[in-house]
Amino acid sequence: MSESNSATESKNSGIKKIDDQGILKGVEGLTPEKIESVIQQVITNETGARLKVYVDTCVHCGLCSKGCHYYLSLNDPKFSPAGKVKQTLAEIMQKKGKVSPEFIKQAAVIAYTQCNLCKRCAMYCPFGLDVAYVMSVMRRICHKLGVVPLYIQDTAHSHSVTMNQMWVKDDEWVDTLMWQEEEAQEAFENLRIPLDIEGADLFYSVIGPEPKFRAQLIFQAAVIMNAVGENWTMPSMPGWDNSDMCMFTGDYEMMERLKRCHFESALNLRAKRIVMGECGHAFRSVYDVGNRALGWRMPPIEIIHAIDYFNELFEQNRIKIKKKFDTPVTLHDPCNVSRGRGLHDKARNLVNATCSNFIEMVPNREHNYCCSAGGGVINCGPPFKNARVESGKEKARQLLEAKEKGAKVVIAPCHNCHGGLEDIIHHYNVGMELKFFGDIIYEILDLP
Amino acid sequence: MHDLYSFFTGPFAWLTFIVFIGGSVWRFSSLWQLAQKKDGHVFEYMDTKFALRSIAHWLVPFGSRSMKLNPAMTVVTFLFHICLFITPIFVFGHVILWKENFNISWFTLPNAVADVMTFIVIASCIFFLWRRITLPEVKYLTTPSDFVILFIVAAPFITGFWVYHQFAGSAFMTIIHIISGEVMLMAIPFTKLFHMFLFPFTRGYIGSEFGGVRMAKDW
Amino acid sequence: MINCDSWDWDKGKKEVGKFSDWREKFSYIEDISFSPDGEKIAAIVKNEDMEFTVSTQSEGAEPETWETGYDKVWNLRFGPDGRLSAFVSDTGEWKVSTDDNTWENGYDFIWNMRFNKSGVIAVSAQKELSYCAIINDVPWENEFSKLTDMVISPDGQSSTAVIESIPVLEGEIFKFRGGCYSVAVNGDAWDRNFMNVWKPSFSDDSSHVAASVRTSYNDYYIAVDGKTWDTPFSSVWEPCFDPNSQSVIAPVKRGGKWFLAKDGAIFWDRPYFQLWHQIYSPDGKRIAAIVAPEFGRWTLAIDNTPWQITFSDYLTDPIFSHDGRLACIFKDRGRWGVAVDGKAWDSIVDMAWIPVFSNDGDNIAVKVKKDGFYHIALNGKILDTKYEYIENPIFSPDGSTILIRGCQGGSYNRDVISIKGGFSYA
Ligand code: HEM
Ligand code: SF4
Ligand code: SF4
Repeated sequence: MSESNSATESKNSGIKKIDDQGILKGVEGLTPEKIESVIQQVITNETGARLKVYVDTCVHCGLCSKGCHYYLSLNDPKFSPAGKVKQTLAEIMQKKGKVSPEFIKQAAVIAYTQCNLCKRCAMYCPFGLDVAYVMSVMRRICHKLGVVPLYIQDTAHSHSVTMNQMWVKDDEWVDTLMWQEEEAQEAFENLRIPLDIEGADLFYSVIGPEPKFRAQLIFQAAVIMNAVGENWTMPSMPGWDNSDMCMFTGDYEMMERLKRCHFESALNLRAKRIVMGECGHAFRSVYDVGNRALGWRMPPIEIIHAIDYFNELFEQNRIKIKKKFDTPVTLHDPCNVSRGRGLHDKARNLVNATCSNFIEMVPNREHNYCCSAGGGVINCGPPFKNARVESGKEKARQLLEAKEKGAKVVIAPCHNCHGGLEDIIHHYNVGMELKFFGDIIYEILDLP
Repeated sequence: MHDLYSFFTGPFAWLTFIVFIGGSVWRFSSLWQLAQKKDGHVFEYMDTKFALRSIAHWLVPFGSRSMKLNPAMTVVTFLFHICLFITPIFVFGHVILWKENFNISWFTLPNAVADVMTFIVIASCIFFLWRRITLPEVKYLTTPSDFVILFIVAAPFITGFWVYHQFAGSAFMTIIHIISGEVMLMAIPFTKLFHMFLFPFTRGYIGSEFGGVRMAKDW
Repeated sequence: MINCDSWDWDKGKKEVGKFSDWREKFSYIEDISFSPDGEKIAAIVKNEDMEFTVSTQSEGAEPETWETGYDKVWNLRFGPDGRLSAFVSDTGEWKVSTDDNTWENGYDFIWNMRFNKSGVIAVSAQKELSYCAIINDVPWENEFSKLTDMVISPDGQSSTAVIESIPVLEGEIFKFRGGCYSVAVNGDAWDRNFMNVWKPSFSDDSSHVAASVRTSYNDYYIAVDGKTWDTPFSSVWEPCFDPNSQSVIAPVKRGGKWFLAKDGAIFWDRPYFQLWHQIYSPDGKRIAAIVAPEFGRWTLAIDNTPWQITFSDYLTDPIFSHDGRLACIFKDRGRWGVAVDGKAWDSIVDMAWIPVFSNDGDNIAVKVKKDGFYHIALNGKILDTKYEYIENPIFSPDGSTILIRGCQGGSYNRDVISIKGGFSYA
């Protein structure tokens, strides 16, 4: 390994030390010519005026800084949104793609691990410049160059082989559902997780980590669906996973394949709508990004996030509870369903329908801070964990403030947020408990 | 001296307008064409209602959370932009030129008001300069060209102030004033100053995405 | 298709079974479905010993339960030949059971039941973490560490699947990039490995296999019998074979737009925002595909000419009649409908299933759902009769009658009606 590959403290960037084989080994084979040609190809074939305008009209006013939790946590201008553009595409555009492998290495770390693609900065820049988009273009270039953090690259590979994020094989998926069904049947006789039912009202999809690590969430969902008498189904074949790390590595061809598989899985069963578990990035991939890439203005089938679905159950009085959850709760609005789909009001309705004591964290709704795990950052794995948790300092402060006001439980209706907040809560000794809406509803559900 | 004056108010002024207008049209249309070819989504999701909604929030002082978090910048930038835009158009000395050359005229600002507004622009530029030098998040982003542009923007106002107050050498300064004004106009299409034309589109687009697809506010 | 000449095509309704009979008999009943000829209904149930099993019922008879009970039964399906099959397991060993006769070989898991047109069954199987495909109880000789996308050949003699040819562990991203996947046909892997392979499919004569592959993140190809096309594309969708030759066509992406390519060269030169599900007409002379001629608008293109009419949400199930008419199902602004030869039926419904043509191509019947009930739509009109459940309609060989298999008020009925009217429309 050459000297430059073990780059230690580099004074020009906010990167301490790169300890990721996907990036270090990925740049080994790069030549300036290859870099230039890939950059040219991405810039000329795949981007246009939007990127140009975002990079050229930035007035360097720095107002986006306060939009970004990285900057707020680390208080380092290299982590401001425009600062990240400066270190990546601004330089690339200025040099017309003539950048070194060393540059790509740094740029990969910035694009994959120092931006959650949360789009909060677009609400703070007076021009609405979308730095998340610029970072996505940087990721796209890195993907094409094969310089991607190892862990997230591996999940993207899993997607390409199994159509799910966690290398869950076809048989393991059905086996897991049967296992959860059996478990649930011990408590509720004849409960079913109905597979491949044509014409069901609702196609329930989850993310890869659910069958792999959090199968009890499928169990809970099954109990809730059965309790409200839902006409629902899950597919026995690939298409059940709505998550999408390819969207985050920049492998858009693969993202298209995944989204098509998911949509067609639901539509071949002629489900009326897709209800998805409590995940944010998956929602974004299905509701906003993947559909467009495939040529749909909006998703071809109605996409309902769990918040929306649960809220509907309460609004339509379809669900009975024993009593409200009475530990004081606060609510973390996941970027992808709040800033991404305006579900924050419904989330509040739902909190009020299920919990007796609700304490807002500030800022909230569209302005809530990202958990620092989003945009695939947590999926870049252990090499970047410490840095990620450090960038969650502002989040910790916000949580502690809510705790001071009395909140003991954080409801976070997103898997990524759970992962990110768990680490933050632990690292900063926040001492709060994390829950999904599903956990709370399951707990208070009045079962016949 | 007089030759210079007539050159810069005559042929060079025409050149300035040609460059400013022609350049802006060229830059704008090339971006537009590129967008049509490559950024289909921008047109697809642009929504007049949500675009205007967002633009409106961002044109009202303290209309966004961002502005509330940066009160000094908000006050200064609003005053700056208003004065920057209004003063040159309505200052008596400029209107008189239009009257003399094209026999058209309009409302003029009382001299004292124009003087204060000019001063506000200069003071704002000093404020911007101060931000660029002292605030780490601005300093980090600043490139040499930012200073040059700031100087290009401030120069017509400094020199105008100079001429109006008849400070030493104001005859010479008049020419510098004219040149600096012309340089600023010519710089607009080719620098980040072009943001004045792009603002409605960048804001409008993100406003449309937030309003129409994300169903969220963007202010 | 299966020969339905011998079915009972006499007009009139028969009650095949009654849900109340089942309710009385079983504490647990899954979804009831009909045999292709409509003479029988079947469902997974629990028997008296609280074991899972299957029960069937025919006209005038009591529900008849399989003798063997299991820990678990799933994927109960009638094959096109009318035989009834399911995956069954005892003490963790999975087998296929057809009409209560189980296969000899057991596995740790089986799934993905595939029929050829005459009802031969292939399944994917896993035993001790090794994977293979099985046709009619005969497993492949070779096993692999992963297996996906298994399909059976039209003649029922072969099966193919994507397999992991070089075992690759989680986290081995560079090894992965080198290519660890291939296609196996009857257990024999192609001699070339790829970064990924998707959706292999057979030619009509079952002797060739084509699949989508990528050799790097940027190079996608169609591979036929292990050999890739000469030119890479930025993406591809699954290929299909020309029924009259060994040519292969597939949607390919270039410069951000989709085209149809044949044997490696662009064949439909018109760029589309999307293009997939290409099909040949029965005579093999024409090609239709689902396309998006502009962003967010969907229609069918025949021989590279899109229909004038386009739809906003979705388009699926394109199908040719024997005489070359073309129909599909669409979704526009949230509602579903049927389009035939470029014209949409007026009836708009909450859901629609694949259009069914009569043999002569003159009539089309479609299973639809409206206001919570199923109906049959015939030639653009929705028939009045409501069902809680129906199967796809089937035309008699002469096209004069339709077989409707549906459930009304808890009765599972087999009804043959004339298409010449006498019924009222919804
Ligand atoms: C209405 C939307 C606009 C917004 C949101 C906006 C925003 C800004 C901001 C944030 C700055 C920061 C300056 C700095 O820190 O250096 C700035 C500078 C400036 N703006 Fe605007 N602007 C707008 C329209 C305009 C228009 C219409 C003009 C032209 C008349 C204009 C001319 C300038 C100039 C000359 C500067 C100083 C350049 C500099 O400091 O580098 N702006 N603007
Ligand atoms: S998208 Fe989010 S994480 Fe990325 S720069 Fe903007 S505010 Fe920061
Ligand atoms: S707020 Fe907008 S214009 Fe200002 S520095 Fe940030 S991205 Fe650039």
